Amino acid sequence: MDAARALADLTEISTQIRAAVLVAEEGTVLASTLRDEEQSRELAAAARALLAAAEAEKPERALVQLEAATAAGSVFVVRDADGMIAATTTAEPTVGLVFYDLKSCLRAAAAAGDDDGKPRPRARQAKGAGSAS
Amino acid sequence: MRRKLLTGALLVGGTIAGAVVYRRRFSRRDERVDLYYEDGSMSSVTNGSAGAARLLELAHGVLRAAGS
Repeated sequence: MDAARALADLTEISTQIRAAVLVAEEGTVLASTLRDEEQSRELAAAARALLAAAEAEKPERALVQLEAATAAGSVFVVRDADGMIAATTTAEPTVGLVFYDLKSCLRAAAAAGDDDGKPRPRARQAKGAGSAS
Repeated sequence: MRRKLLTGALLVGGTIAGAVVYRRRFSRRDERVDLYYEDGSMSSVTNGSAGAARLLELAHGVLRAAGS
């Protein structure tokens, strides 16, 4: 399964997700639900900026995921060693379910990346992240 | 009769407008960012607390970029 397929499966199973983008660690857009490439890059950059600002809140601790809840909708960002996935949802989503779906998508995309034969760093164990969601 | 109808319409209109204003204010106050860490801990940055304005501004930027 490639990154685009993983994202397509995500939007198929999760009706709460409006838009989502898979981003490599260095910032390259791997897949997006948005058709426009420029808009996908903007979404990825905005999500990376949010993640960076959130990390700065408590730099001594490793941030693995976040949810920003606003009246207009929620923003979710989940990261692992290979990259991150960012998604926007409708207002007041089922938070645990969205996090679960995003993590599944990230794992599926990472597994697809492993098939290319290139050596990759081991995924960080987010042991608390699962229980927190 | 017409006076009663007008009063009723004003009452209903006022109630709806009030509910909309209350809902908007309430939703705005409820904006927050929940941060989940590798060690299993979570911290919530709520609207009005230090750092919340910047994070929420960036979150609105993400929603705009997504076309939401």
